[in-house]
Amino acid sequence: MSVAILQQGDYLIASIQSDLNDKQVLELREELADLVGKSRVRGIVIDVAALDVIDSFVARSLRSIVQTAKLRGAETVIVGIQPDVAIAMVQFRLNLGQLRVTLDLDEALALLDRLTRRDAGDGR
Amino acid sequence: MAGEVRVAINADADLVDARAEGRAMAERLGFPRPDPTLIATAISEVARNIVVHVGRGEILLRPIEETNRFGLVVIARDEGAGIRDLEGALREEYSGRGGLGLGLSGARRLMDEFEIESTADTGTTVTMKKWRPRDELARLREERRRRE
Repeated sequence: MSVAILQQGDYLIASIQSDLNDKQVLELREELADLVGKSRVRGIVIDVAALDVIDSFVARSLRSIVQTAKLRGAETVIVGIQPDVAIAMVQFRLNLGQLRVTLDLDEALALLDRLTRRDAGDGR
Repeated sequence: MAGEVRVAINADADLVDARAEGRAMAERLGFPRPDPTLIATAISEVARNIVVHVGRGEILLRPIEETNRFGLVVIARDEGAGIRDLEGALREEYSGRGGLGLGLSGARRLMDEFEIESTADTGTTVTMKKWRPRDELARLREERRRRE
């Protein structure tokens, strides 16, 4: 399997295991949108450390995953963008939009804790 | 040509191979970080253009040698109907099917040279090059060896 998805409490953790083709990227979006409802999670972490290349399609797909999850009631944090990939994305001028990004899983979970607690607090 | 690698592009799964071959060749030739990643990303974009707009084509990867520098050439070739508005296709705001503009203009920024030829009869050929200065010590040693 190219993406391992496991649930930890209120969150889903999706670890991409290898370079993905376009079809697998789109499948990931559908699977996460389904799982958010089925598993009643409030947050998603997507680990992209295994991706050697993030091109315009993958960047667009990540944005689309984030927006889809949001409409299903979950926040998404991207974790583990490789240093060379980050440089390529900047030089490419890829638009990351409102992607939330952290360096590692612990930070991602802490960020989700903050995001989902605030959402629960004042109902915004 | 010696060292040339050809990757047939018929489906989006072929992009994974094209990226991996490009990265492998860049590393083999001695490109420093982050160049192999920049090259693989540019290959991904031009290969995707083939898949999205034409359906089939090929990527050729070729090492180039000059006295003071070495490089890698990426040629993306298809026999499709050509790109009608080339200038527009290279502008960032252009959004053809599948977002042609962002892909091509982004690939151009990742590489050192970028040329595109497109006609309705012969299809589209994108030629991109990435250069690196040759290591000066290695070059002098090689010259001396040649003289001896």
